Amino acid sequence: MAEGEGPVSAVLAIPAFLGSFGGAIDFIFSQRESVQAGEPIGGLSQIWDLLATQMAVSILALVLATAIALPLGVWLGHRGVGEFAAVAIGNAGRAIPELALIALMVAFIGTGVLNVTIAVTILGIPPILTNAFVGMRQVDRGAVDAARGMGMTELEVIRRVELPLAVPTIMGGVRTASVNIIATSTIGSIAGVKTLGDLILGQATYGTEGVIAGAIVVALLALAFELILAAVQKTLTPRGLVLQRAAARVSA
Amino acid sequence: MTGQESAAGGSEHAAASVVFRDVTKRYRGAEADAVEHLSLDVPAGEICVLVGPSGCGKTTAMRMVNRTVEITSGDIEVGGTSVTERSPAQLRREIGYVIQQIGLFPHRTIAQNIATVPALIGWDRERTRARVRELLELISLPADVADRYPAQLSGGQQQRVGVARALAADPPVMLMDEPFGAIDPINRERLQNEFLRLQAEIRKTILFVTHDIDEAIKMGDRIAVLREGGRLAQFATPAELLMDPADDFVEDFVGADRALKRLALMRVSDIDLWEAPLAFAGQDTAEVRAKLAGAEVPWALLVDSDRRPIGWLSDRDLAAATVPHRPDSSPDPVLDRDDVLRDALSDLLQSQTHYAPVVDASGAAVGVLSLDVISDFLASDQAKVEEHPATARPHD
Amino acid sequence: MLATLTTLLAQVQIREAGSGATTCQGKNEAFCPSYVIDNIDDYVSPVLEHLVLVLASVLAGFLVAMVLAVLSHGRRWLIPVFIGTTGVLYTIPSIALFLLLLPITGRGTETAIIALSLYNLQIIYRNANSGLANIPRSALDSGTGMGMTKRQLLWKVELPLALPEIIAGVRIATVSTVAIATLAIFAGAGGLGEILYNEGVQRGVFKTNIVFGSLLAVSLAIAFDGLLILVQRFAAPWRRARAL
Ligand SMILES: Nc1ncnc2c1ncn2[C@@H]1O[C@H](COP(=O)(O)OP(=O)(O)OP(=O)(O)O)[C@@H](O)[C@H]1O
Ligand SMILES: [Mg+2]
Repeated sequence: MAEGEGPVSAVLAIPAFLGSFGGAIDFIFSQRESVQAGEPIGGLSQIWDLLATQMAVSILALVLATAIALPLGVWLGHRGVGEFAAVAIGNAGRAIPELALIALMVAFIGTGVLNVTIAVTILGIPPILTNAFVGMRQVDRGAVDAARGMGMTELEVIRRVELPLAVPTIMGGVRTASVNIIATSTIGSIAGVKTLGDLILGQATYGTEGVIAGAIVVALLALAFELILAAVQKTLTPRGLVLQRAAARVSA
Repeated sequence: MTGQESAAGGSEHAAASVVFRDVTKRYRGAEADAVEHLSLDVPAGEICVLVGPSGCGKTTAMRMVNRTVEITSGDIEVGGTSVTERSPAQLRREIGYVIQQIGLFPHRTIAQNIATVPALIGWDRERTRARVRELLELISLPADVADRYPAQLSGGQQQRVGVARALAADPPVMLMDEPFGAIDPINRERLQNEFLRLQAEIRKTILFVTHDIDEAIKMGDRIAVLREGGRLAQFATPAELLMDPADDFVEDFVGADRALKRLALMRVSDIDLWEAPLAFAGQDTAEVRAKLAGAEVPWALLVDSDRRPIGWLSDRDLAAATVPHRPDSSPDPVLDRDDVLRDALSDLLQSQTHYAPVVDASGAAVGVLSLDVISDFLASDQAKVEEHPATARPHD
Repeated sequence: MLATLTTLLAQVQIREAGSGATTCQGKNEAFCPSYVIDNIDDYVSPVLEHLVLVLASVLAGFLVAMVLAVLSHGRRWLIPVFIGTTGVLYTIPSIALFLLLLPITGRGTETAIIALSLYNLQIIYRNANSGLANIPRSALDSGTGMGMTKRQLLWKVELPLALPEIIAGVRIATVSTVAIATLAIFAGAGGLGEILYNEGVQRGVFKTNIVFGSLLAVSLAIAFDGLLILVQRFAAPWRRARAL
């Protein structure tokens, strides 16, 4: 896949019925003159730069958000305290527009990778926190009671019983967080971080084809995250739990 | 009998007594005590049933033993030492616990579920595996369920696994909170019987909670009837409870059919039978008629040379000079000395004669049971002395 | 409450700013109530546009979700198909979706509404589906036992019993949409994003508009949330006691 008119772009760019999509795909694979003239735009190397930045910010934010929200939500859920706060934070997370958060950050804190990462992390926290809380609370009380009654310490109850059983709900939260994070890191480009949003919001520079190319790559990135997290969830979900749910569905 | 040897044989895990000393529990924010000044003494190796109406504090009383509920005042001793002297986790690993909702871990296999406490106290793999195999046998489940998950077992099987899990580390004391509550009556009865058979082998000290008086009578060596607020209304053997309810509350709770329930606790051998007027084939009928004159039973029982019943002799049979070989009527129902009295009564009521010969283990007639015998027995004081819980016998 | 607070702050600011011609907004202070009050007309159409985006997309998403839910209710194999498809759509960041539609529907309100509807579709379908699946067997049996046809069962028993969960889905969808619709500005559809982005970030990072735009978006979300909580109670009086 060389720069410029590679065989890949030749194949991909041709179908006329793809219209702008064809142009966008072409944009991804081959470099070209900027709309306003000047620096060359498009092509795999530029796409890769933007993608790498966005992935770095997104992965870091997802890890940070999980590191903060998961222990907190797990602990609160285990203790059964702070339900109101946990649920309210989840609701608030949905009500805060990512555009507003980024704009406020630009206005009051500043631009740059660090700030954007913090903002993106903030939007990743609520779903993980709420789902971790709910997931822990949803664990069959009988199992928890039995665990404690057999002499497990609180940490053992969490590690051996509650956490494995809460995996599907917790991972649901992580997946929602991932959707939020990719969306927010995209518009991080208005805070001076060159993510794929730079293409999407840069019609003047990149033209419609560039904008659509950016949208395509962001969409693929989001789907890739989703697929990976779904696979992680599948690996972490205990088999017995899957069987239990299947049994519950049959009898329902 | 492998189960018996390994489970009951280890003297280090011999059953321990459980003693409640003036135990009170008030939940935080509650206006009244959930359990009030409860004193109970459960000897080692016995089943003590806590029974009472919903919300009377049975679960609370039981859970204070393993400190899943903290005691407000008073003390509980297990094996002679106060439960407060051990850390809760330590204590709980030494007390088997079967909860009302079964509470198997859905994400762990049956073997892993059963091995929960052994894993916590660090048994090695070989020992754990052997113990799991042994317990599955003890609860009559095939060895291949070991690798299945709880969702792949029926409710009754899950309940049995719950019991096995509680037994895993061979604890001297077991707490069982309505362990058969979630099961249909037929399987429930089967599990009860199975459990009693098991208990005859393992001889644990068991605190057993139920709100079903019939289950209490069946399972308990002793029954603690609790009333609202966890106050002890009566602590007695099942027989005493049925004979002599302490007050109106207990009498009500035990039910109007307590006379019948008492019969379920006894066997035919517990009762003074009527002497059977025996007759042998070929015997002079005059001799038989003379014997009948002084007997409570109006008919003679024809038996063979081993005294096994052949049939009742009618007046027409006795009209001949000698006793015939074949009498007019069969001897049915023939009762066994070891039959439960309630079942014997049921047989009697269905027969036309209202009399039934009773035989011993060799089949030889030892007496006659009649409705009159039973009602006299229930009315007499002697019942109090002679009753033993039928369920504790090895025949069941 | 917000309004009173704004007025109160405004009075304070006017007195302070009275002396100089270089006003609050000239210094780009954190929030200039005087500016908002003076230019209040400028905010009306973004708010109205935003309302249209939210209401139209929730309504469209709701209708399609209900059709899908009823379709898949009797045909269980459709459920994973619908969940999968709507899930993929949900995963794609809204801003990307807006622009992916660009070649098909062009720029404008229509595009934004379609994209937002697809989000609402996923949320509401999921809830409607689980609402219909969780109806107690006994309710269905007694319905059938009384001689209801399948259709009657659906309308008289299943949908009413699933209603609380459906409305819960609508509530989540609406609140999320209020937030996401700020991005509609990038699809050329106006809305509160106009205040935040065009009149805020793009106008030399004009703080007053960024703050006020954010406040408007959050207040709108809270207002919708409150409204739908009321609807929830009204629609399921039997659950009023334990409404969250
Ligand atoms: N964790 C708790 N906090 C406060 N009150 C409680 C708690 N658990 C139980 N209670 C109260 O204590 C009393 C006794 O409850 P307990 O669960 O011991 O009853 P029970 O006899 O086991 O009833 P059931 O047969 O219904 O299981 C009840 O009034 C109950 O409401
Ligand atoms: Mg109870």
